Amino acid sequence: MEHIELLFKSIFIDNMVFATFLGMCSYLAVSKKVTTANGLGAAVIFVLTITVPLNWLLDTYVLQDGAMKWLHPSFEEYNLSFLSFILFIATIATMVQLVEVVVEKFSPALYNSLGIFLPLIAVNCAILGGSLFMQSREIPSLELAFTYGIGSGIGFWLAILTIAAIREKIRYSNVPPPLRGLGITFIITGLMAIGFMSFGGMLTGGDEAPQGTVKEIVLESENDELGDEGDQTVLDTNKEIE
Amino acid sequence: MGLLSKRDSKLILDPLSDNNPITIQVLGICSALAITAELEASVVMSIAVLFVMGVGNVVISLIRNIVPSRIKIIVQLIVIATLVIIVDLVLKAYAYELSKTLSVFVGLIITNCIIMGRFEAFALANGLWRSFLDGIGNAFGYAVILVIVGFFRELLGAGTLWGYPVFGDAIDKTGLYAWGYENNGFMLLSPMALIVVGIIIWIQRSKSTHLIED
Repeated sequence: MEHIELLFKSIFIDNMVFATFLGMCSYLAVSKKVTTANGLGAAVIFVLTITVPLNWLLDTYVLQDGAMKWLHPSFEEYNLSFLSFILFIATIATMVQLVEVVVEKFSPALYNSLGIFLPLIAVNCAILGGSLFMQSREIPSLELAFTYGIGSGIGFWLAILTIAAIREKIRYSNVPPPLRGLGITFIITGLMAIGFMSFGGMLTGGDEAPQGTVKEIVLESENDELGDEGDQTVLDTNKEIE
Repeated sequence: MGLLSKRDSKLILDPLSDNNPITIQVLGICSALAITAELEASVVMSIAVLFVMGVGNVVISLIRNIVPSRIKIIVQLIVIATLVIIVDLVLKAYAYELSKTLSVFVGLIITNCIIMGRFEAFALANGLWRSFLDGIGNAFGYAVILVIVGFFRELLGAGTLWGYPVFGDAIDKTGLYAWGYENNGFMLLSPMALIVVGIIIWIQRSKSTHLIED
């Protein structure tokens, strides 16, 4: 249940592209054709599934406050969390190179379809963002980190695939010249993001379920007091909007 | 300009208009959109990027001849990551509230495509002074868009600028609100950032028509 909820949440509600704007650069640059978009999306799923759990291990056993205790009791007072940026990005860059080498050796077909995108991915914000959100949302276990990685990847794949399909079709439409290309893509993405916002209410409306059956996964700090006061929070935000 | 030759000043002025990193080169969109709900956050983010780009371009330009090309990307990432850690720690020490607002997006400066893009396109092939100017120029180009988007989103969305109420008090119905004006809370939500940038692109390209794509 936890896993399904987290998967749903990371694909739709906290969609990498539409909710947090991660991976926008490659999303805009590689979405001119459906086939290339599909390749990049698959590569992102692949790399996120590997790097998020790896960085979870790194975060839990090396970086957090007192995380090095397992090595020796005297290491308990070390807090290395300021190093997380550099270690995460090093992990991602090395993993991407490693994956590239391994895939090239064992599956030339897969390498031909993913190959050109792999180096691009090392500097894709979506990959580092996945790890950083995993850290800041305090994903509790390795399995959940794995689910989160897959979910975020699928979210990105879905987004880039849909925008590529729309961009292929929009070539036949009469867009005002200054908006052609980049401008209209921005506006369509904005409209799609509004659409994806409607998923936002789906998990907070779980009050009908008997208490205790639905476990709340705490993803964001402001979601902390959700649950009983969930409706209250929604009301408050509505008020602000009005 | 006495200090800069014509070629050098072009490096700074071009990114502000015809070669803008966000609206023309399509680099560094992620952070430009996510943190622009408030003007203050936009300005601080711009300063952070300015620092990282200026210093980073100089460092990359210095070591460009001794780094083998196979490990180039990792070396670049380490340089940026170190600079970003400095920015992050400074923010946490002097502007803790703001660093909470920016949350992971300070970290995401590392993968901000502007920085990698300019390293690859410019600093690897050019000398120290020109690389520095290029970094500063592109960071300013980035900052201009960020500040414009932040300005309109905060003004129309919350009726404030830099946290100060501009139109009067929304709750006590003073100032403009007494006449029936309402804040458009939708501007504060993330999709509007995309649409505002879309409109900026529209305006820019209708003014300079040579930028229009096919």
